[in-house]
Amino acid sequence: MEEDFVLMKGNEALAEAAIRAGADGYFGYPITPQSEVMEYLTAAKPWERTGMVVLQAESEVSAINMLYGGAGAGKRVMTSSSSPGISLMQEGISYIAGAELPVVVANVVRGGPGLGTIQPSQSDYFQATKGGGHGDYHLLVLAPSSVQEMADFMPLAFDLAFKYRNPVMILSDGAIGQMMEKVKFQPQRPRMKDEELPDWATTGKKPDRERNIITSLDLDPYRQERFNRKLIEKYQKMKEEEVRYETFQCEDAEYLFVAYGTSSRICQKSVQLAREKGIKAGLFRPITLFPFPEKQVGALADQVRGMLSVEMSAGQMVEDVRLATNGKVPVEHYGRMGGVIPAPDEIVEVLIQKFIGG
Amino acid sequence: MAKVKGAIVVDTERCKGCELCVISCPTHVIAMSKNVNSKGYHYAYMENPDACNGCTNCAVVCPDGVITVYRMKVEEKTEV
Amino acid sequence: MADIDIKDIVKEENIVYKKTKVLTDKVMHYCPGCGHSTTHRIIAEVIEEMGIQDKTIGIAPVGCSVFMYDYIDVDTQEAAHGRAPALATAIKRLLPDRFVFTYQGDGDLAAIGTAETIHACNRGENITMIFINNGIYGMTGGQMAPTSLEGMRTSTTPYGRDPGLMGHPIKMTELVAQLPGTYYVTRQAVHTPNLVRKTKKAIRKAFEYQKLNKGVSFVEVVSNCNSGWKMTPVKAVKWLDENMLSFYPLGDIKVPEK
Repeated sequence: MEEDFVLMKGNEALAEAAIRAGADGYFGYPITPQSEVMEYLTAAKPWERTGMVVLQAESEVSAINMLYGGAGAGKRVMTSSSSPGISLMQEGISYIAGAELPVVVANVVRGGPGLGTIQPSQSDYFQATKGGGHGDYHLLVLAPSSVQEMADFMPLAFDLAFKYRNPVMILSDGAIGQMMEKVKFQPQRPRMKDEELPDWATTGKKPDRERNIITSLDLDPYRQERFNRKLIEKYQKMKEEEVRYETFQCEDAEYLFVAYGTSSRICQKSVQLAREKGIKAGLFRPITLFPFPEKQVGALADQVRGMLSVEMSAGQMVEDVRLATNGKVPVEHYGRMGGVIPAPDEIVEVLIQKFIGG
Repeated sequence: MAKVKGAIVVDTERCKGCELCVISCPTHVIAMSKNVNSKGYHYAYMENPDACNGCTNCAVVCPDGVITVYRMKVEEKTEV
Repeated sequence: MADIDIKDIVKEENIVYKKTKVLTDKVMHYCPGCGHSTTHRIIAEVIEEMGIQDKTIGIAPVGCSVFMYDYIDVDTQEAAHGRAPALATAIKRLLPDRFVFTYQGDGDLAAIGTAETIHACNRGENITMIFINNGIYGMTGGQMAPTSLEGMRTSTTPYGRDPGLMGHPIKMTELVAQLPGTYYVTRQAVHTPNLVRKTKKAIRKAFEYQKLNKGVSFVEVVSNCNSGWKMTPVKAVKWLDENMLSFYPLGDIKVPEK
């Protein structure tokens, strides 16, 4: 029904969806362009609705460590931040992955590096998908491209985090965080009761079990190696079961845009414009950036004559596209940086220039 | 009149020879053995067991909790 | 008086002190005479006496006591360096009926973790914070700590701490006592039996006060670090008495009003 739709900012939708997903706690720190997430939560008073805890920490470093503590106690906890703040969280995220804890971290990406700009960017792809923090680990990364997906990915992110006992990142950008679109929320699902908390969590050592220890430390290198192998198997399972993507007019495509998030919205228009010019363009939109849909992109390499990775960055996802196509087809990158957003016709011009000539 | 007699049992394998019990004993019961345990530490033992009144000072200060303290009341026979 | 045989004294019914069950059987890796061991023991005894083993969650630091979870038999989380108060904040707010305590050394609490320390105290989290201050970084080999005394030789102040270069030692306990979010703030020591008994009373209060939801209970334990100070345990506690306690005086700094 139309009444079920509301008009909301991406950041706000993320916050409302977190409440409805039965989140136990949000611990965050303000940073543009995502402060609305915490502002919405503190105004919505979810502690009265569901008992959810909302706390503004003293820094992103503190916030990610609050997440570690809450997740170690078996609770659904999340945070949101933007690029410089996410950098501050990298140590904590590595610890969370090393301790096999479920958390959700939303990154509303802004231009970088350093303090950068406050406008949208996609320049944290490497950080999100290749590690970011130290050690051999991966985040499961979901890339929304609309306010609706900001809302839908919230309960999904929690479920995946607990399924794999791994941190999950929602990699958004400043445009999606700030823009307003219609969104329909899923109904409220309950927070976990005490009895439902996972049996590995630190909830208090009852006499019938050994004490639970949440740690990522091991001084025995052979045991640590076995643990790292266990993580590798985890990520392999993610690759087999969690790949998500969307295609737009790919069936007869001769040229492919590969883009996620805001870039994919723009490229949808670029596909239309290209087709008006007689170019059979299509769009492949990865939804999971890790695990990257390498099989699907690889399969399309047999069909198309060229792929253009369109990202608001100096070119990060393009490397994964190249890996997936394994040299079968030319792969180029186009992107704007520093918070500049490309226009659809600009992208079509680049496609023509790089692949078709003239 | 009741008197108190104490005794300590030291877990000699866990003792690390720090000697804090020696200086904490008010009646100078404890000394370090000339022998060592399997880790190479000289361990504590009752050199003057008769002087022990079970005050628990040694056990209370022992960082590793290796001392168990026993205490009993003893009826003193008074000579008529 | 007839001589009493030791066998008559050493009987189960005559036990007046034995190791608490809340300490595991694993031999603690701490150096002989280290205050960590004693404080772990005290915390475990308090947990046993209060009967809260099934409700207590501890947070271990980075430092010598990183393996606290091998010795105190309660659910425990290992925190990143300095971040224990952040973990404790979330755990206590999410599981408010549990007893949550942090255990940190001087690097953890007063260097890298200063912000987390101050802000957990400022917010008045209903947790117990245990602060082991031995004026040195033990685990990493004896470097200067924020609480190292003026003139103290460490591996990074081989000629003695120069306040002109490295600042003065910092009194975290007095600092946090100024914040309204702290409810009970005290400084204790564990190198003599009487001090151990006092510290145990203090830690017992620090746990009991969690039930009142009135803020942080903060217990500093001034301790010796025999390896870092390069002294025998007996000499080290003497040095502690003569040098540390004049700068870090023992006693209650903030007590709840009756």
